[in-house]
Amino acid sequence: MRLLFDIDRWQEIFQTLQKNKLRTVLAGVTIAFAILLFTLLFGIGNGLKNSFAKSFNDDAINSIFIRTGQTTKPYRGLQSGRKIQFKNDDYAYLVEEFDENVQFVSARIYKNVRAIYKSEQNNYSLRAVHPDHQFLEKTVLQQGRYINNFDLQKKSKVIVIGRLVKEDLFNNRKALGENINLNGVSYKVVGVFTDDGGDNEERIIYMPITTAQAIYGNNDYIDQLNLTYNPVLELDEAISFGNLILKKFKEKHSIDPRDQAALSVSNMAEANKGVGQFMLVLNIIILFIGIGTLIAGIIGISNIMVYIVRERTKELGIRKAIGATPNSIIGMIMMESIFVTAIAGYSGLLIGVFTLKAIGKSLEDYFIINPSVENYVVVGATIILIIAGTIAGYIPAKRAARIKPIVALNDE
Amino acid sequence: MISIKNLHKSYPMGKDALHVLKGLDLEIKEGEFVSIMGSSGSGKSTLLNIVGLLDEHDSGEYYLNNQKIEKLDEKKAAILRNKFLGFVFQSFNLINYKNALENVALPLYYQGVGRKERNAIALDYLAKVGLKERANHLPNELSGGEKQRVAVARALVTKPKVILADEPTGALDSTTSSSVMELLKQINREGMTVFVITHEEDIAAQTDRIVRLKDGIIISDEKTVKNQ
Repeated sequence: MRLLFDIDRWQEIFQTLQKNKLRTVLAGVTIAFAILLFTLLFGIGNGLKNSFAKSFNDDAINSIFIRTGQTTKPYRGLQSGRKIQFKNDDYAYLVEEFDENVQFVSARIYKNVRAIYKSEQNNYSLRAVHPDHQFLEKTVLQQGRYINNFDLQKKSKVIVIGRLVKEDLFNNRKALGENINLNGVSYKVVGVFTDDGGDNEERIIYMPITTAQAIYGNNDYIDQLNLTYNPVLELDEAISFGNLILKKFKEKHSIDPRDQAALSVSNMAEANKGVGQFMLVLNIIILFIGIGTLIAGIIGISNIMVYIVRERTKELGIRKAIGATPNSIIGMIMMESIFVTAIAGYSGLLIGVFTLKAIGKSLEDYFIINPSVENYVVVGATIILIIAGTIAGYIPAKRAARIKPIVALNDE
Repeated sequence: MISIKNLHKSYPMGKDALHVLKGLDLEIKEGEFVSIMGSSGSGKSTLLNIVGLLDEHDSGEYYLNNQKIEKLDEKKAAILRNKFLGFVFQSFNLINYKNALENVALPLYYQGVGRKERNAIALDYLAKVGLKERANHLPNELSGGEKQRVAVARALVTKPKVILADEPTGALDSTTSSSVMELLKQINREGMTVFVITHEEDIAAQTDRIVRLKDGIIISDEKTVKNQ
């Protein structure tokens, strides 16, 4: 401890570093550059990861969508080209049959509607849904409420409109409680929502599915079934759950198991698995390159330290002849080394973080969003540096301290 | 002050050993001004290194200030050097990025003397060797004689018991040589034991006692005849 807080010792070190600027700068730049590269690589890697995370952020990450089409193979006496139509009993079947593996579930009907409010009018997509749909789409309510079970029972004429629908029709005026005319029928606005999925997702109108069925078709048809699987399921379990749904629904609708077109299940678990694998590979690459850069930096600093000690052999011999103990020699060289690595490394880190901040925006075109390094990486890299500085300094210092003063003095 | 009995030293040379010192006996009392003469290869530098604790002897006995020197580890040797011995080398051995004052003050730094105090003491010693005005000059801004006087000041600054000078005038011309020798004589008159190694007769003649070495053996040891 006396070694660390001895002002004299620090003055001695500062003088040595100052009077030997070239080698100080040489050692410093090596370390700073290594850490700069490390930080930039880590930051850009993180930026790539952020891009991926964002692309999959629109819908719930555990969604499964079931869509229908036309059969392409004859099966059990049924011809090919038959259109598959979901009905309310498919929704009920899904809820009953797969209850424990389902988190949220909703049916969907799509319509295009012309909306009129006073003098304003425009065309929008309408989705008629169940209340759970709010969680499936990650819909965030800005004002009012979402569709509820009471609306379903009563087939209420209520709608929830997107933020941009409100802007189009109401400008800045209050929308809640107002009536909008959709294709000739008047509905009361009970909520306004926002959605992370982009502008198109905010030009949508939601209404209770029962209302749509009664008014626009007087049937119990459903266009699509959406659900989220129980989040406790592992990815592999979720994928086989999706496959089970597909199999059961094919049986229910008498579709050939090999028919690819009649029924499709898109399972986010499969996409997530792909993304997860990609991220893992990306992480490994980043880690590999990062560690490689650090190792290169450590080797660089070690070489420079060996060179420095070689160059100073005679000076160290003089110091020993006039009374420097081996420990004081080791201490001096190590403190110099640690000091230079820590300062240079930290500067490299700051420059790196600063550069990432400065160029971060312009990298969005290259699929890199918000490149940055986490605090623990910053702290970790700094600690690794100091340890590296210690080791890089210790080995040559130890050797320098062992050289006999007489040998060192004869060194020219 | 220095007492050597039957001192042997050899250096391994391949599978053979080069026997450099072959049983030396030497007694140097406090306040003496002794020179060791000998051609190169006579073992005089080896003797100085052993006396200066820069190297270890193989067998025999060596007492420095009545303390038996044996099996010294580096740390103890460093402390003893710092406490009892002052070195003056042929090639000066100043640290080139430190100015004269800092060079002189460095041994005090290793004794743990504070910065202000050691600089004050160092300046006193620079004044003693007549270089007070050159205190802030770097070694490469000093002449050879000035460098050697800085080195003498550095050797003196810890108030050692013995000054060991290895060819102190070897790199100097005759005028500066005599000024450095004058300085050593003056130090000796003030009571310091001075131990000079040289191969120059006229340098040796200025000391009080000449010990001649040849092939690792002392061939003569006599007082100089002062013709004044």
